[in-house]
Amino acid sequence: MVDKGHCKSLLQNLSDYVDGELSPELCVELERHLDGCENCQIVVNTLKKTIELYRLSNEKDYIPDDVRQRLFARLDLTEYIQK
Amino acid sequence: MNEVIINSEMISLPALRAGDQREFARLVDIYSVRVYRLALKILNDPQDAEDILQETFLKIMRALPSFEGRSSLSTWIYRIATNEALMLLRKRKQGNSTLDDVKHDESEEGERELQIIDWCCLPERELLSGEGRKFLDKAIESLPDLLKLVFILRDIEGLSIRETAEALNLTEVTVKTRLLRARLFLRDKLSTYYAERIKSR
Repeated sequence: MVDKGHCKSLLQNLSDYVDGELSPELCVELERHLDGCENCQIVVNTLKKTIELYRLSNEKDYIPDDVRQRLFARLDLTEYIQK
Repeated sequence: MNEVIINSEMISLPALRAGDQREFARLVDIYSVRVYRLALKILNDPQDAEDILQETFLKIMRALPSFEGRSSLSTWIYRIATNEALMLLRKRKQGNSTLDDVKHDESEEGERELQIIDWCCLPERELLSGEGRKFLDKAIESLPDLLKLVFILRDIEGLSIRETAEALNLTEVTVKTRLLRARLFLRDKLSTYYAERIKSR
């Protein structure tokens, strides 16, 4: 990496940055650094992508029907089970 | 706050507290998918996940009358489910020390070089192919337990930093620190994996 010291301090704020929760002042500073540092751009982009992939891959999770049936039975709620 | 809006459905707390079974069944339907997914991700075993699912809702049923609403209903449910899963995890590891210590690799991590490979260009069908998804799961499994919990609650279940802190009984600062480390850890694993995919294209 080109500027190790600067890149390291940037790293500390990365989570807040990708969550859009970084303070405006730090955000400006960070984006100024990003403009001139291709490596950090890649780190930011792949970090965002990593989080996005995990969200996407878990969106459609469901509970198997037999697991759900047994849960309702265990809770004595079988009569309220909706199809 | 007596009513909670989830998926635009209202759950009535007074009805739950009064032992209304129909309302409880609705609560189970709304939250069971999340509790099951959480348990499956933490324990990585369908039978264990089902046990945790059942134990969690039995506990909720018993504890509802004393639920004070200091945290949101959903955070409270996540907290109970996480505790149940953690207890099982500890039982499994008995004699084999406690949960993976986060501090374990702290010194080493500071020195590690970041992987700089731009794999964002890969198409989504390749990133999320059957094999790709399997790798995502495998990467989560390899996270140290305490980082894993934070990542699952925040980035998979979508809780806020504050809710994650409440559910895990941690400070927000600790949650943020662990979250960053978990995210960087996974980004690193994925970079190695997808770099191979780029090479083989």
